[in-house]
Amino acid sequence: MTEQHIKLPEGSIEKTTTTLNLGPTHPATHGVFQNILELDGERVVSAEQTVGYIHRAFEKIAERRTLYQITPLTDRLNYCSPPLNNMGWHMTCEKLLGLKIPKRVDYLRVIIMELARISDHLICNSIVGVDAGAYTGFLYVMQYRELIYEIYEEVCGARLTTNIGRIGGFERNFNDIAFQKLEKFLKEYPGVLKEFENLFQRNRIFMERTMGTGAISAERALNYGFTGPNLRAAGVDYDVRVHAPYSSYEDFDFSIPVGTTGDNYDRWLVRNQEMWQSLRIIEQAYQKVQEFKGAEAEVYHADAPEYYLPPKELVYTRMEPMIWHFKIIMGEINMPVGEVYHSVEAGNGELGFYLISDGGRTPYRLHFRRPCFIYYQAYEELIKGSMLSDAIITMSSLNLIAGEMDA
Amino acid sequence: MLTNEIVKQKLVEKFAEQVTNFGEPYGMLTFEAPKEMNLKVLNFLYDDERLKFRFLTDICAVHYPDQKGRELAVVYHLHNMQDNIRVRFKVFTDIEKPDVYTATGLFSAANWMERETYDFYGVKFTGHPNMKRILNVEEMNYFPLRKEYPLEDQARIDKDDEMFGRE
Repeated sequence: MTEQHIKLPEGSIEKTTTTLNLGPTHPATHGVFQNILELDGERVVSAEQTVGYIHRAFEKIAERRTLYQITPLTDRLNYCSPPLNNMGWHMTCEKLLGLKIPKRVDYLRVIIMELARISDHLICNSIVGVDAGAYTGFLYVMQYRELIYEIYEEVCGARLTTNIGRIGGFERNFNDIAFQKLEKFLKEYPGVLKEFENLFQRNRIFMERTMGTGAISAERALNYGFTGPNLRAAGVDYDVRVHAPYSSYEDFDFSIPVGTTGDNYDRWLVRNQEMWQSLRIIEQAYQKVQEFKGAEAEVYHADAPEYYLPPKELVYTRMEPMIWHFKIIMGEINMPVGEVYHSVEAGNGELGFYLISDGGRTPYRLHFRRPCFIYYQAYEELIKGSMLSDAIITMSSLNLIAGEMDA
Repeated sequence: MLTNEIVKQKLVEKFAEQVTNFGEPYGMLTFEAPKEMNLKVLNFLYDDERLKFRFLTDICAVHYPDQKGRELAVVYHLHNMQDNIRVRFKVFTDIEKPDVYTATGLFSAANWMERETYDFYGVKFTGHPNMKRILNVEEMNYFPLRKEYPLEDQARIDKDDEMFGRE
């Protein structure tokens, strides 16, 4: 649809492009970030992304906070799956401190992390549907995200900004209700996911809206620093859980779904398959957790008295635990000197923590490698020449989370 | 299988004593080069048939106010996905003349990472296509993550173990 199709009569108005401000508070951006689009009719000529509207200087704040006080900051990175960020942070600290984590804790963490991954992908995939005009799926799956949040609630007391777990393990053992809810989830969710899948996967309208739009080649994706489902949709089987297993992921049997074209449809399919794989992992992890009997079934944290708060009944009755409680809360523990990079497979890809400690009580420098921030720069390349409506779907299928982008 | 030793050996072979300060904190090979060399080293790591560090994981900066003449460190994290090995490469620069060559020619991903580094530490990347602030407002006239802008210290140091009858 260019000049050859539309012949302007002599002396008519000049052909001009339109500038459209998409965001920062636009219902279709699903987050506070801006795109200045140059449009020729409905086609995107160029785009300029602006980020930073909710920048909160976490890296600066972290330089004055003790390790456990940084966990709530990580909640606010990717707020669709905060437990993944929390766990990534705990594991970074544990790597720095050289803590040995019991197997049961690893498995419990895996359960929580995979639940978080499901809730993350669930939101992303259903939002892609919403942006393509299919609201049903979104409403339908929301009650299962609610169930996931209820499980978080049983474990840590919070729903959205979870601050789940502690350095060394969890703040308390999982209670029976948590396990009951988990069982309910494992029982009911596959059916729901199947139904959700049926709404989209072979839906003609959905396929035509998403196939071939927002595509990126594997080579370009790697050059742009893509990780996570977006990279795998382009055909690269890179997954931190397999390449650098943490939290005993090597004990689980699962596969990495990959796409071929890197377009919106493949991204949707990869996320969808990953949810099935996450379910598999949760089932295995739950089984492994159940195998612990007696005293072993009571283990929910590592033995790390300098970083793990002593039990409350001892704090109120004994001197030493009280002192430790006080020292930990006031952040009076010096960290070992070191420089550590640890990454986890978060909802959007490789979430890295680069922590430098000079032996003080707070990090000397903490840098977050935020997958979203890195791959959002490819957005212009992805949407150039496509329709505005495709650009919207591309934006949601990249799963751009403003909190993660701006840190 | 590529190991840290081989990478180190290759680098020393190519750049002799210009690559320095080799270390392996927590298993990741870390080394340093003069800042004029950064592109040469990155290119070598990228192009060499054996090394193939073709994924840029991260770029960030660190401020060491006490090191005169080398106050700012630019840290590159690189990843060879085939052999699944990472390296950390650092260049140090004077805070008075914080010019470092850009890696955008090699990695498209470096674009925003370098802008972020500039935004917070004022490292100027020579040759960058769009060297301006990214997360902060453009009117800002200082680089907030430098150590001369301290936050209130929440970790108290006015009490020590002696007060609790220990040590």
